[in-house]
Amino acid sequence: MLRMLLLPRFAGEDSGSGFSPPPRSGARGPPEGRWRGPGSRARRRLEVNLFGHVISLPQLYGQLLIGLINGSFYALLSLGLAVIFGMLTIVNFAHGAFYMMGAFAAYFLLKLTGLNYWWALILSPLIVGAIGAVVEILFLKRLAGFDPLYSLLLTFGLALIIQGLFQYYFGASGLPYAIPKELGGAYNLGFMFLPVYRGWVIVASMAVCFGTWLVIEKTKLGAYLRAGTENPTMVRAFGINVPRMITLTYAFGVALAAFAGVLAAPINQVRPGMGADIIVVVFAVVVIGGMGSILGSIVTGFVLGVIEGLTKVFYPEASNTVVFVIMALVLLIRPSGLFGRTA
Amino acid sequence: MTTAPAPAIAVDLAERNRRANWVAFAVMVCLIAIAPFVAYPFFIMNALCFALFACAFNLLIGYVNLLSLGHAMFLGLASYVCAHAAKVWGLEPVSAILVGVAASTALGFVTGALAIRSSGIYFAMITVAFSQMVYFFSVEAPFTHGEDGIQAVPQGRALGLIPLSNPWVLYVFVAGVFLFGFLGVQRIVNSPFGEILKAIRENEPRVVSLGYRAMQYELAAFTLSAAIAGLAGATKAIVAQNASLTDVSFAMSGEVVLMTLVGGMATFYGPVVGAIVVVSMQNYLAQFGEWVTVIQGVVFVACVMAFRRGIVGELAARAKISL
Repeated sequence: MLRMLLLPRFAGEDSGSGFSPPPRSGARGPPEGRWRGPGSRARRRLEVNLFGHVISLPQLYGQLLIGLINGSFYALLSLGLAVIFGMLTIVNFAHGAFYMMGAFAAYFLLKLTGLNYWWALILSPLIVGAIGAVVEILFLKRLAGFDPLYSLLLTFGLALIIQGLFQYYFGASGLPYAIPKELGGAYNLGFMFLPVYRGWVIVASMAVCFGTWLVIEKTKLGAYLRAGTENPTMVRAFGINVPRMITLTYAFGVALAAFAGVLAAPINQVRPGMGADIIVVVFAVVVIGGMGSILGSIVTGFVLGVIEGLTKVFYPEASNTVVFVIMALVLLIRPSGLFGRTA
Repeated sequence: MTTAPAPAIAVDLAERNRRANWVAFAVMVCLIAIAPFVAYPFFIMNALCFALFACAFNLLIGYVNLLSLGHAMFLGLASYVCAHAAKVWGLEPVSAILVGVAASTALGFVTGALAIRSSGIYFAMITVAFSQMVYFFSVEAPFTHGEDGIQAVPQGRALGLIPLSNPWVLYVFVAGVFLFGFLGVQRIVNSPFGEILKAIRENEPRVVSLGYRAMQYELAAFTLSAAIAGLAGATKAIVAQNASLTDVSFAMSGEVVLMTLVGGMATFYGPVVGAIVVVSMQNYLAQFGEWVTVIQGVVFVACVMAFRRGIVGELAARAKISL
């Protein structure tokens, strides 16, 4: 029953700023004119009464979808943080800035060289990853012997610099980035409309997360990485270039952020503040999942995205804080996070 | 050749430190006294509030080695509560400030009890998350008026007698609050309690093995730091006559780290110097707009890479004293 609708753009797409749900999406269902919708009797069936709240089902599905989308970004970003934390034992405060740079790289690839979305999806992480490698070599390497808090403060300073520069040159408003033609339109799932692009974001994020998990947990390269986390001196004795591995790990984590940035570019406009808006939630996700846990960051990312979406339906006032409340509860029960080893 | 000379040197060093601290304190008090005649008094009062805030932060990072990246929640909450108490409940300023301090102390106790169970980077992340929670609470809660903040907070009469709406009186009041907080931090650090905090900083497992409950000491330090940060925030609300989201924001938490880092961690005067440097930088570079953020970032990176002792720390190390 999947029917492709030849809509150039789905209601709500591109209209929202930030990750807040576009007011039109879901709440009113499909765009007027296209699909008349069921009559009043049927519409009543689209509502459920829960704890005295009247929840319309399209709204519920809409928020679930937005939750999954946000979860995709949370998962990709917290995965990058977890990979970096595992190897370098630093929290990369510049992660949000690299995410934003990924989106800007996609924008400039299109504007200046005409390379489309698909090229950006590959090139932008490579470019930003290379910048990350330079940062690691120039700055982080030299702080290796000091308290890890210094590295954290360094990335914090870098984030300020990057963000300030982008804000200076591009202002606070967003630059538009169109959805690629191949991913336009929406599927009719019978109970709701799924914009193709959003479906793609979820699939792409899950695939990359799963791939990363597979590489780290199941391959020889991943074994080196994990061993390097446990005992770098020993791994070095086996003839592995640990410093280079650290550089590449940082570059890879940062590239994941840039990949998420490219995915986000068509949904939220390309804005200098886009990283700062999302990164603190991602930190909470990392704490809940357990710092440095690969699987933990992926699962927690998606689950928290969905929980956040559901909160928007049932108790909108708490939707911004729910992640932090969950974090506090998790910390009460398991101070090292859900998937973390005890510190 | 006995051990006799060693204690003599130690005594000498302690004496030197004591003298250096007296001189530094006298210089600071003189500067505070002269400042309003040289610079814009409101600017100095603002800087003093931030200096007190940085001292509170330094109590944690400098003497217990706990990096709190969410200290703005204490500054901001106290500022909101104080502003609300003064404006809506009509309390006189001193009581309003005390109510604000009580709020931030309570918040410090609750968040501290949760955060203190972890340390290092974990601790930092948890404080970030809590401060973000407080931030969103401040956006949503009705009494904070969201984006508008609480405006036109009355300065009123302190204790019903002293009119704070007079800028000179207000200046003396703020200077008094600052010195009270500053000496409070010094008293805490130099007390037996402070010695245990420093011991925890150096070697926590050993302190635990000596029979101290390190976590309770850390929690006490965290709560005290929250209280002093709250004192700074509440006073700031009376000075600026408003309370806004800026004071609860993550950027503010970052700024206080910068102040302490620039001035010098684990020094008494470092946070004060750092706060004045950062606030002046913001004030005099304000015309450059976004460049302020960039410059702050550059200072951050420069401090971390090359200048980890900060201004006061560097001076003290040169003169072989501790300030």
